[in-house]
Amino acid sequence: MKRQTLISVAVAAAVSGAVTFSAFAASDDGYVAPRTEWGHPEIRGVWNFSSNTPMERPRQYGDRQFYTPEEVIERNRLAAIAAEEGDGQSSQGGVGGYNQFWVEGLPQDLNLRTSIIIDPPDGRLPARVEGAPMAFGGLGPDSPGTRPVRFTVGGVGKDGPEDRGLSERCLLGFNSVPPFLPSMYNNNVQLFQNKDHVVILNEMIHEARIVPIDGRPHLPEEVAQWTGDSRGYWDGETLVVETTNFTDLTQTFRGTGIGANMKLTERFTRVADDRVDYQFTVDDPKAYVAPFTGLVPMFRSDGEMYEYACHEGNYGMINILRGARVDEGNWDYDTGRAKQQ
Amino acid sequence: MKTKFTKLVMFAAGAAMLGMLSISSQAQEIPRTPDGKPDFNGIWQTMGSAHWNLEPHAASHGPIVQAGALLAIPGGLGVVEGGRIPYRQDAMAKKEANRANWIDLDPLVKCYLPGVPRATYLPHPFQILQAPDVTLITYEFAGADRIVYMNRPDSEAQVDSWMGHNVGSWDGDTLVIDVTGQMPDSWFDHAGNHHSGWSMHVQERYTLVDANTIQYEATITDEATFTEPWTISMPIYRRQDPNMQLIEFKCVEFVEELLFGPLRRPGTN
Repeated sequence: MKRQTLISVAVAAAVSGAVTFSAFAASDDGYVAPRTEWGHPEIRGVWNFSSNTPMERPRQYGDRQFYTPEEVIERNRLAAIAAEEGDGQSSQGGVGGYNQFWVEGLPQDLNLRTSIIIDPPDGRLPARVEGAPMAFGGLGPDSPGTRPVRFTVGGVGKDGPEDRGLSERCLLGFNSVPPFLPSMYNNNVQLFQNKDHVVILNEMIHEARIVPIDGRPHLPEEVAQWTGDSRGYWDGETLVVETTNFTDLTQTFRGTGIGANMKLTERFTRVADDRVDYQFTVDDPKAYVAPFTGLVPMFRSDGEMYEYACHEGNYGMINILRGARVDEGNWDYDTGRAKQQ
Repeated sequence: MKTKFTKLVMFAAGAAMLGMLSISSQAQEIPRTPDGKPDFNGIWQTMGSAHWNLEPHAASHGPIVQAGALLAIPGGLGVVEGGRIPYRQDAMAKKEANRANWIDLDPLVKCYLPGVPRATYLPHPFQILQAPDVTLITYEFAGADRIVYMNRPDSEAQVDSWMGHNVGSWDGDTLVIDVTGQMPDSWFDHAGNHHSGWSMHVQERYTLVDANTIQYEATITDEATFTEPWTISMPIYRRQDPNMQLIEFKCVEFVEELLFGPLRRPGTN
């Protein structure tokens, strides 16, 4: 009944010329998304992309794309037990950082996929291009490397803020660098739409990517941005967002490449009232020998998204640097700053 | 000669009347969304020097000698109705102390989120994505965002935040946004005008006077700081540049030396 109403509203809108019939191509199971007042499929709302699906498919599964629901339930049950046993302990030793309450490790609904990567068909990243820049950060000791630090978490030293990862500097979120990917927490994105724009607002670093969908050209290439320059269009039920103009201060993907060489294509499809599928395709021939595509289902959240004011509260950076100066004997307690050379 | 002059005056007066006519007819033709509300979608920016000082002020030296005329402060007529902000005595003393040392104390210099209403009249554009239930106002400066709940009149701030808890409603054709729960750390301008944060209520009123102009008002009620509510008002103009878009302004990278420079390892940069 409800759907019938929706469709008749949609048809009325189409007849009135606001949208075309081609916009109503239904998804596989016949779901048709509600329409915005401008006639586009509605993807507005807060969507949670928490996930425990591995980026790459474990090799033993070959081309097998899906688990059975029973397998996923069992996997999640074992993971919950392990998490409870380990709660309060830090993976890095010491007092620990985050307990399980903090961590968003499970999707809001079952995800049967055996990997986030869906193309290539083996669910694994293509080979890296030989000689492509690689750097992996991570919690724990600093990694070897030089500036610019393009990874998000960790650092290559503590001489100055530029030695730290982009998240520690509050420049980019560790789960919101386009493409955004499930991570430890704050896996929320709020989507906004009007007639000629879409905004992709990631909770992390209150990162709002503004996407014109009116067919205008990209920014000139000399205007590079941390989150690139996005343009979008509706392909039937799917919003397609193409992003270029990344700076050379980020990575392409997973420790590899330079963002400036990447073309990112993202697809947002409402497949159910409570679900939008997020697909991303990374194309950087200087980093990976072939483009690849991942898919993360996102589930509706009825909560409000809170402000993530990272820079304003970045005592971490102050304490990392001050601690290092004290360690080295370079801290001047009288002036409250590093000793002058 | 005289006749010619008279004709010219009459022509000018006629043109002016025509002009007025066309302005008044435009005023009734504001853009509307499909649900009939005034359509605020677009990119907007104020003009003027309110971001320097909300109150009337003469032009003055800028904060950095080397920057010369570049950062010299232009004068302004002020945007506060009645001219002066009605501070309580102790709050006035704090304002003066802020002002005396603003370059060190102003949170905006550190790239902190500007708060409301300051975000509105910064010399940067902002964009509105209007929707019946949740409207977004996203600002170029520091990538500040406000999620405005249009259908939750009773919702309250759960925690304090730099850009506040924003509840929208309609008063006829005026978009009203009630902002509460702000952090006490933001200021109103570079002149040290300040507030108490959590106990402040800002009510903004956005009214389209024509397709490209919003009349903006903000009334600030904060008994801890002011003896009575006070109101600022100014026009906001649509940015009509072809292909106008907000350009990323992640000022964090521009303040790292300012904030963390004194913590660098000696001899490095």
